[in-house]
Amino acid sequence: MTTILDPTDEREPIGRQLTKRPEHITGTVGLLDISKPRGNVVLDRIESLLNERVPEVTVKRYMKPTFAKPAPDELRRKMMEEVDFVIEALAD
Amino acid sequence: MTELPGFELLDQRSEERAFPTGRPTLLAFVKEDCPTCGTSMPLIEGAHRAFGGAVDVLAIGQEAEGNAILVDRHDLTLPLLDDSELAVSYNYDLETVPTVILTDGEGAEVDRFVGFGREDWRALYGRLADLSDAEAGDVDWERYPISQPGCGSRTLEPGIAERLAAEAEGSPLRARRIEVGSADDVDEFMFDQGFTDGLPVVAPSPERVLRMLGGTRRDAQEVVAVVPPNMGDATVEKVAINAVLAGCKPEYLPVVLAAVEAVCTEQFNAHGVMATTMGASPAVIVNGPIRDRIRMNSGLGALGQGNRANATIGRAVRLVLRNVGGAKPGGTERSMLGSPAKFTLAFAEREEASPWEPFHVGHGYDATESVVSVFPASPGPLVCVDQTSRTAEALAGSLAMSLQAIGHPRSRSGEVLMVICPEHVDTISRDGWTRAQLQQRLWELTHRPVRELLIDERAGAGIPPESFGPDGPSEEQLDELIPKFQSPENVHIVVAGSGAGKFTSIFPGWASGLDSRIIEEVV
Repeated sequence: MTTILDPTDEREPIGRQLTKRPEHITGTVGLLDISKPRGNVVLDRIESLLNERVPEVTVKRYMKPTFAKPAPDELRRKMMEEVDFVIEALAD
Repeated sequence: MTELPGFELLDQRSEERAFPTGRPTLLAFVKEDCPTCGTSMPLIEGAHRAFGGAVDVLAIGQEAEGNAILVDRHDLTLPLLDDSELAVSYNYDLETVPTVILTDGEGAEVDRFVGFGREDWRALYGRLADLSDAEAGDVDWERYPISQPGCGSRTLEPGIAERLAAEAEGSPLRARRIEVGSADDVDEFMFDQGFTDGLPVVAPSPERVLRMLGGTRRDAQEVVAVVPPNMGDATVEKVAINAVLAGCKPEYLPVVLAAVEAVCTEQFNAHGVMATTMGASPAVIVNGPIRDRIRMNSGLGALGQGNRANATIGRAVRLVLRNVGGAKPGGTERSMLGSPAKFTLAFAEREEASPWEPFHVGHGYDATESVVSVFPASPGPLVCVDQTSRTAEALAGSLAMSLQAIGHPRSRSGEVLMVICPEHVDTISRDGWTRAQLQQRLWELTHRPVRELLIDERAGAGIPPESFGPDGPSEEQLDELIPKFQSPENVHIVVAGSGAGKFTSIFPGWASGLDSRIIEEVV
């Protein structure tokens, strides 16, 4: 991770390019709970739908320590190594 | 038990409240636009009314305006402290509001919960009753939800978190920090963000920007100029970031700062200069002792490449206009063809090769002061080649013929910048001419009679004959002399270049004018 300082007047958000979306889900899907209340409810439901519709896919669960801060580097690295897709649940 | 950080804040009656208070204390961090804080407020106020005899109840609000609304809405009698600067919230490392903390008299934490929990509050009321030997009276617990999650603390909002962290560390940096992922290429990222003029830039890491700020004594958050067209605030820090991008050394920063001030004046009119379809760009001219200190080039190749100070100072000014002002080609920068000068154009006067007083002295500055002047070059340069004139008068005649051509030989012009070469200066000064005399003579020689300026069958540009009436100009009017430039002072003459070569460069001006600023001396 490199940090640089914004040279602009900061009126525009920093744009980042989305990764190209694949047509099929394969490999491992990571479900990331951001630690908001009831995040587990929506992820449980997504997990059961994945198991039902794409049983060949492996599902792994992850959790941020707090919803209020970005995911720690270590968690991000772990997920990068272990999964091919991420579904992140917002909740309340 | 953890001892919590002490603080002093003002309440809604502007009375100072200090923590710890010497008595058991209930701290409740809240903000007005958080619904869960709204749910909690009656219980926080209730605790103050019921147990205030033995327990201090301090609500800490994160916005000044929000606090005033909370006082009215909940009819608060408890002290609601103003933490709109967020220093206390930051010190307490808050993530969520409400955060409710019970402490003992010395400020050690006894209990804490976040968000709203009915059972948490019931238990807390029980503790407070024990501590104060008082009763809460009737609380209708059933009207409260069993649980309600809190909201994010304002300390974590984008932009605020970085500012607070920098303040806490005593750092002068306040600019938005951009994290570039380890899998991303930083150079490519900066191209993608549009931070560059098309050439690679140096990544403005916090360390490099701090080093750059070491080049000035000015406060990092001082606003140097408001940069058109977007009217963005150019703080010293923002200019320093762009100076890093451009490749400047810290000792160049005072020149860049002064140049940014100068281009953002009404006189220079950076908005027009950048937006014009004609293709103008600031030419930065440096005079005085700083030239040598930062090793600017005023001699061989002064207008060309190869000197870091010249190249990066001019580039930094352009990057400030682009990044802080928003002047980007295709946006508000509408130059039809652009110009190489849009990348960079900065040089120093070769004061030593001239018998004349330095350029900035002619503009009212002292010779010992370092001064930056900015000229709207549109774009140039044209070169006047005269290797044979041996008198001041003959050479002035040649230069005037070249000056006549700028824009169009028949058009009037605003100002012009001549970068006169040392050999031409020799020829002119040998006859005892001063710079002012040369300006005067060039102004006179570039007057043309109306008959030469009229639109005719040879060229369709010039003065329309019918502007003198249906019969065109009279004989008398045909002989009337029209000046190319408004005044002799509008013919700016700066000395630069190597000792060999009889070529003077001419930068046509634009509708706005030259402006100057003193450069801060940091020795």
